[in-house]
Amino acid sequence: MSPAAALARLRSLFRRSRPEKAETAPLILSQHRIYVLPTFSGLAFAGVLGVMLIASINYGLSLGYAFSFLLGGIGIVSTIHAFRNLLRLSIRPGRVEDAFCGGSAVFHLLIDNPDPHRRPALRLLGGKMAEVRGETRFDLPPGACSDIALALPARRRGRMPIGRTVIETRWPLGLVRACSILAPAMEALVFPAPELAPPPPPPGSGGVSANRGAARIGNEDFAGLRAYQDTDSLHHLAWKVFARSGAMMTKQFSDIGDADLFFDWHALPAALSEEARLSRLAAWLLRAGQSGQRYALRLPAREFSIDRGDAHLYRCLAELALYGSAAEET
Amino acid sequence: MSMDARVPPAPSPVRASPDEAGLRRDQGFWLLAAAVSTIAPHWVEQPAWVGTLCAILFTWHIRRLWRGSAAPSRWLLLPLTLAAVVGVRLSFGYFLGKAPGLAFLAVLLSLKLLETRSVRDARVAMLMCFFLQFGLFFNDQSALSAAFALIAALVTLGSLVALADPASTGRKRLKMGVILLAQGLPFMLALFVLFPRAATPLWGIPNRTATSGLSDSMSPGTVSGLILSDALAFTAEFDGPPPPPSERYWRGPVLGRFDGRTWRMSHGPLLDRPRYMPSGRRYDYRIMLEPHDQHWLPVLDYPAGPVQGVSFTLDFQALNRFPVGNRMQFEFSAFPGTVAGGGESSRRLDMFRQLPLYGNPRTRALATMLKAKTAEQTVEHILAWLAEGRFTYTLQPPLLDKDSTDIFLFDTRMGFCEHFAGAFVFLARAADVPARVVTGYQGGRINPVNETMTVRQSDAHAWAEVWLAGHGWVRVDPTALAAPQRIERGLEASLPERDMLPLLLQPQYSWLRQLRDHWEAIATGWNRGVIAYDKRRQRDLLEAVFGLDASSLPVILGASAIAIALLMAVLYYWAQRRRASHDPLDQAWARFSAKLARHGLARAPSEGPLDYARRLAAARPASAAILTAICTDYARLRYRPSVPREEHKEIGKLTHSINRLVLKKEPAPS
Repeated sequence: MSPAAALARLRSLFRRSRPEKAETAPLILSQHRIYVLPTFSGLAFAGVLGVMLIASINYGLSLGYAFSFLLGGIGIVSTIHAFRNLLRLSIRPGRVEDAFCGGSAVFHLLIDNPDPHRRPALRLLGGKMAEVRGETRFDLPPGACSDIALALPARRRGRMPIGRTVIETRWPLGLVRACSILAPAMEALVFPAPELAPPPPPPGSGGVSANRGAARIGNEDFAGLRAYQDTDSLHHLAWKVFARSGAMMTKQFSDIGDADLFFDWHALPAALSEEARLSRLAAWLLRAGQSGQRYALRLPAREFSIDRGDAHLYRCLAELALYGSAAEET
Repeated sequence: MSMDARVPPAPSPVRASPDEAGLRRDQGFWLLAAAVSTIAPHWVEQPAWVGTLCAILFTWHIRRLWRGSAAPSRWLLLPLTLAAVVGVRLSFGYFLGKAPGLAFLAVLLSLKLLETRSVRDARVAMLMCFFLQFGLFFNDQSALSAAFALIAALVTLGSLVALADPASTGRKRLKMGVILLAQGLPFMLALFVLFPRAATPLWGIPNRTATSGLSDSMSPGTVSGLILSDALAFTAEFDGPPPPPSERYWRGPVLGRFDGRTWRMSHGPLLDRPRYMPSGRRYDYRIMLEPHDQHWLPVLDYPAGPVQGVSFTLDFQALNRFPVGNRMQFEFSAFPGTVAGGGESSRRLDMFRQLPLYGNPRTRALATMLKAKTAEQTVEHILAWLAEGRFTYTLQPPLLDKDSTDIFLFDTRMGFCEHFAGAFVFLARAADVPARVVTGYQGGRINPVNETMTVRQSDAHAWAEVWLAGHGWVRVDPTALAAPQRIERGLEASLPERDMLPLLLQPQYSWLRQLRDHWEAIATGWNRGVIAYDKRRQRDLLEAVFGLDASSLPVILGASAIAIALLMAVLYYWAQRRRASHDPLDQAWARFSAKLARHGLARAPSEGPLDYARRLAAARPASAAILTAICTDYARLRYRPSVPREEHKEIGKLTHSINRLVLKKEPAPS
């Protein structure tokens, strides 16, 4: 590395302005991306060593010299140990748990320790140094891959990238901190915070007419069987038929409208702000999801036909999460 | 992204740093162990109340750990701290100094331990531990101190590991401490040898109050106060055979001024070399001087100069540039046959004839009577008178007040070497012969273990020198003349080591004496090699071994930097190195593959053991059976479910057969 490049790297480190562009997996911690800096205790330790050395010089204490040099050597050695504790770890993005606004999104990182020694006292930190948003402490057993979860507070609705993430260790003596800055390509969805005490949702039959045709095949009353498709929910698989004949059939239900719900953005009171509308819709969606009722959702730019089930709920909530964002159309 | 919308838990408060975490109980006990092992070696040097207070605070800490209760309030600890300040001030009489500083730090550490709430607090306590371990060397730089400090440092390192890695076991923590110590050791050695040493202290060292040894003045009781102390004064190592006992006079302070009661050093210019031409036999020797906080150095008569850092007075004393506050090593050569002081000026000779105007009238009258034509005859008369006087040599002479020389010579007739020397010089001066008192050490015992001469405080002595025209200054030892037997020790002499001497002098305890000889031989080696490594020895060593000019600061700093960089590179290489798997089965298999690779049958990375076996059997039909057996054994052990106990045995078997594997010669293709 040229001196100019080294300087630029150092500057970027101190400015905390390392590009937060997501990196492709797996990230392997090589010596180029591990930084070792003294901690507060490390600086205090250096100060104590300085005092010891001055006292040794003044009083001509040979053993004093030896002792300060021994501790100094141990300080240097501990930086190498800290560095080695991060070296060659490889990090891949894992599963992401989405969150409601105000909750925590959980990012799972798969961290692989290829070496035959344990990696103790590691920490994963989300957010900037000045403002740590979340941390996880963990050890890595030798030669194994571990799933490490990092929970970060979800503060804003929409897409939430994991952003700048730091993996660090203060092992073995706490005098130095070895760290590496990562930006894995991971993103969570942050749904609007559900309204705490929403009014009861409006009955469904009122405004669903536009969707009647599309929603004819629902899941309320048994209507017959059809061949199983990959996307069908296993809840609706005709297990008895499967057990008898081995054929995968999906039960179909017809739709009767009385218990159905229709959540319409436009039908909400005009006084409500956008976020309040989203919160209320989210609360209604969740309640409907719990009670097992079917529901349709209409937003200004998009409509969801009447349905039920986890996938439907997720699609609706995701739409709420991304409402108004640039990526809405995707 | 997951396809289920779960309601996540409420956000929990986020800690900013692991250092603010609370402490676990096992960590608390590690800290305690570090503090105890650090403070315990200080127990001897510190006042009893400090050790007791620390012990009480430790007990409190143990109780706290046991019950898992919270740290005591700061409002309780603050007054305790202030009380410790007052206590230290009261018991030492001053506060800013090494000993009171260490006492206060010890109490502070015990208090800090009690108040420790977070990992960061605990680390501060551990830094205090390191400083207290260092503080051991203020008092004592023996190998034993070093061992104590090293053990305590090991426990402290273990505690720091415990703080950083709470999941580790106690054994792992200690092991990590040992690894760190071992890896820090090369840095210590390199810097210890190379780091530039200062010739003089940065600031003045305050004189210690109580050090045993001769002072630069002599009044009745000065020397006899030392005589029962078994403490080491210095050791001397001669390049050739040591001088005979009659020549073992180690010159210390030369006292030329007398005020009627106390003899004091006279002042004069400091010279690079004494004012005489050394001649005759020569003894080269090194002394390892115990600290006595004074400038003068004991030297055999007559020293030659120049010696680095040492100057000489007109009275042939050797003075160090600054008080000897640590064990120091000096190299001298002695020329006992030298005629010294032949060219003294008459003004200086007059100075050595001066006496107080009044006092001791009977001694003056005796001197007039003993005075002869020549100075030689006068001295002979005085010595003859003393030899006939039936004087008693005793360690506990009666207290003499006014006209002490008169009373000693004519009334009590009981005295110690200082009385004899003082009275002789008084008589000589009163008879117009220039004379002075010389204090120092007389004697020295050769340690049979390492052939080094040990001189103890009990060898302290006072004798006289007279100036004779044509001979210069001549040594006269009136003690030896007046009381050749030289022993009448009072048993109730109230000196701390009084029990030691009789014990060691008893014949049935000769093994004890041998033990002490061995111990002192070790200590001498330690002192010479480690403690006395100073600027001078550094220069010699670097020049002899590395050909470096150690007097140039850039050279020595550059050498230190290069040494550290090299050590860092070695460590860095160690950190980078990828170690092979610890799995014995993998290791054995890797060895097998490597062995066959040498025969041109390297295993392809993607090749499974059974495929490999088929290929090997085809290539080396003569060894097909054993090769196939090894490969199938490996495959079986690798891929079957794990059965720990049997597996161990079978892997051993496999490893054995791989190690013994020798491929048979293939018959030439017909």
